[in-house]
Amino acid sequence: MEGMQNMSRRNFVKVFGLASGGLIIGCQFSSEKKIVRIDDGTTFTPNLFVQLKKDGKLILVCSRSEMGQGIRTSLISAIADEMEADWNYVSVEQATGDKKFGNQNTDGSRSVRTILDPMRKMGATAKAMLISAAAKKWQVSESDCTAEMHYVINKNNNKKLFFGDLVEDTMQIEIPKDVTLKDKKDFKYIGKTLKSIDIKDFTHGSAIYGLDARLPNMKFATIARCPSAFGTVKSFDKTNTLKVAGVESVVELEQVKKPFGMFGGVAVIATNTWAAIQGRNNLDITWNNGKNGKYDSKKYKQKITNRLHNKAKVVPPTTGNVNTAFSKASQIVEATYQLPHLAHAPMETPNALAWVHDGKCEVWAPLQDPQTARADTAAYLGIDLKNVTINVTFLGGGFGRKSKPDFVNEAVALSKKINAPVQVVWTREDDVQNSYYHATSAQYLKASLDKNGTVTGWLHRTAFPSINSTFMPKVDYAAGWEIGQGMNNNPFEIENTRFENAKAEAYVRIGWLRSVCAIFHSFGINSFIDELADKAQKDPLQFKLDLIGKDKIREENSPHPLNTKRLKNVINIAAKKANWGRNLPEGHGLGIAFYYSFYSYVATVVEVSVINNKVKLHTIWTVLDCGMILNKDNVLNQMQGAAVFGTSIALHGKITAKDGAIEQSNFHDYKMARMNDIPPIDVTLVESDEAPTGVGEPGVPPVAPAITNAIFNATGKRYRSLPLSDHGLV
Amino acid sequence: MKTLTINGKNHNIEAQGDMPLLWAIRDIIGLTGTKYGCGISQCGACSILIDGEVVRSCSLPVSYGIGKQITTIEGKTDNLEILRKAWEEINVPQCGYCQSGQLMAATSLLNNNPNPTDQDIDKAMSGNICRCGTYPRIRKAIHTAVKLKNK
Repeated sequence: MEGMQNMSRRNFVKVFGLASGGLIIGCQFSSEKKIVRIDDGTTFTPNLFVQLKKDGKLILVCSRSEMGQGIRTSLISAIADEMEADWNYVSVEQATGDKKFGNQNTDGSRSVRTILDPMRKMGATAKAMLISAAAKKWQVSESDCTAEMHYVINKNNNKKLFFGDLVEDTMQIEIPKDVTLKDKKDFKYIGKTLKSIDIKDFTHGSAIYGLDARLPNMKFATIARCPSAFGTVKSFDKTNTLKVAGVESVVELEQVKKPFGMFGGVAVIATNTWAAIQGRNNLDITWNNGKNGKYDSKKYKQKITNRLHNKAKVVPPTTGNVNTAFSKASQIVEATYQLPHLAHAPMETPNALAWVHDGKCEVWAPLQDPQTARADTAAYLGIDLKNVTINVTFLGGGFGRKSKPDFVNEAVALSKKINAPVQVVWTREDDVQNSYYHATSAQYLKASLDKNGTVTGWLHRTAFPSINSTFMPKVDYAAGWEIGQGMNNNPFEIENTRFENAKAEAYVRIGWLRSVCAIFHSFGINSFIDELADKAQKDPLQFKLDLIGKDKIREENSPHPLNTKRLKNVINIAAKKANWGRNLPEGHGLGIAFYYSFYSYVATVVEVSVINNKVKLHTIWTVLDCGMILNKDNVLNQMQGAAVFGTSIALHGKITAKDGAIEQSNFHDYKMARMNDIPPIDVTLVESDEAPTGVGEPGVPPVAPAITNAIFNATGKRYRSLPLSDHGLV
Repeated sequence: MKTLTINGKNHNIEAQGDMPLLWAIRDIIGLTGTKYGCGISQCGACSILIDGEVVRSCSLPVSYGIGKQITTIEGKTDNLEILRKAWEEINVPQCGYCQSGQLMAATSLLNNNPNPTDQDIDKAMSGNICRCGTYPRIRKAIHTAVKLKNK
């Protein structure tokens, strides 16, 4: 490696030449997300974000996983913008799972929020060094130079030097101590619309998802897993399986008791996926159903709902005294809301290709959290982390499912057992029936209204199995972070409040699904305040704005504390867009809901009609304030998608269990919104200079309650449970 | 040995006659642009064209495809090309996984109906699930394709 520069002085960037003649700038994040220095530059390690080649080609590394949120385009566009790169020279390279890239866990709507600035600095540093190299060549000062569209320009005489032609000179340049980031007005890509950098691969079928990974002589596997969570194999007969053409062997897998450990079961190894599926159909297995074998989700939902009739565990903060408020009330309003389990159902089912050989393991899989998959793989095989390579493919949707890599565990275990590369394929039935489910939930809300219709007391009591139950034994109550997703920190100005959480044991694996607890908290809260407005005989819009109260920035331990002004702003814009208060056709209704989640503000208005007891959506208006916007069209796409995701939840979403087994199996009984369910979606993005906040998830929570509020507006009927198909409305 | 004609090219394969075309195309022939989504004709991710008409490759056996013209997302037809352009102009995909099937269904639609209304589009495309929710863009892109074609 030639051209190593000054690694000890400036700490966040490293530069070195490649044998192939390129300039590389990289940085390393520590686990604390700080940028730390790299001292060892003698060996090529791919902890690099920027690679500039002599022909001008610019390869930028994306450390986060692409699952449809456009991160491969948006994150690298920030580097390119600061670097003054010409987008036509840019290509993207997906990082493998490795701590040196910092936290790669692609969830929580936080990629842009947490690593936008470091990415911008990568680009700005590259630009500064290219300018220094050119200035040296021209023997002018750096301030005489500027960069534009892949060239450094001498401002004195307008002479230009191509970035590619500066590669060698730039290797001799010291890394600048500080770099200045561009002013907003000078952005070329940030805040503008860039089409997906992968668009042509998507339209030609050439994007490689996990299921498309191929190795010579690879095998395909399906696994029969116990219908109830954590059940095990008692006995099995493989005779008829081995008769299937293409089936090579049948292998039993032991359960691994870790959060993302595999369930275990009976695996069928075959030369193609179809044979593996057919072979599995022919297995004769007796299961030990285990402690979850009697789970009945319908009875369970009733049980946790019943617990809401009594005082439960109090969750801070408590303000004033709700009992006093209730006793003085002019009106008391109470309501109970119930929502079912959900499964993520990404279009690409979970899958992984693993090859364990010679003390090493390589994996190709659609992963939201490749570092966890790497660590778990190393631990499972008892080998060093450095001997595990996790290649992140495109994800055919994720929604939280693909940050739980039990499917990698399966592929790794099988590859080790049969000594060949194996791709484990989950069928849709596997995906629907063996998931980490969104919690089923029950919520009880009680409020007092005074004679002016002002809310004086607010009691919110919930019960739902905690995601923490997947990580720790004997977790029967919700975690603080779950409750904090909008339940005990609602945005309202109410004098007397109390929050409570009741016991709820887990009988299936519980996991996060796009928007997580905000889904049910938003449904409960937005439905209930709509009920309150009705009881107070006030217009729901004004009532809700009044409930939020005056402009204030909440005092809370948060990087982006809730600003009620921004919340009211999105509500007002949504109402205006929908022309709130207008006369509606017979059978039509408008409903509004809003939510602050993942530090972003969203308000949604839906117009529905209910005719012959069937609901039809006519328009969805959604307004988002996510601070500074990185890629406008991408954000629009996410918000449209969130409206559809929320519509699926409202109309169809329901997973139920009986005798421990999930009753749904595929898209015929676990339905998704289809094109004919979806009306025009009108998205407004608030222009803002505030720090960027979440985009992938915040659009979902207001959708379902906006729909049910609209149905109430149309019909006077209040639906306190979902999906609406249960009420005959779909 | 069986012969399948895919995108104008003959492929001689060893496969059981009852194997769905999807798995023959993906695992034996190695064209992975056609996707698995449900295996029971519910989601449309596996859509291909047989003699210009959209079908679900997960539910039709290899034997059905013999002697017919099969087009997959790796192929090229006039309508598919124009739809690709429109998809790119509208920036339709999010995760992209279902889009092979969406483009196949849209190609079949335009093969049969050169100027579809929103209702025609909804009817033709509602067999294809997009979990990311790109439906409004798909609708728009199909209209755009018609405009591009008529230019």
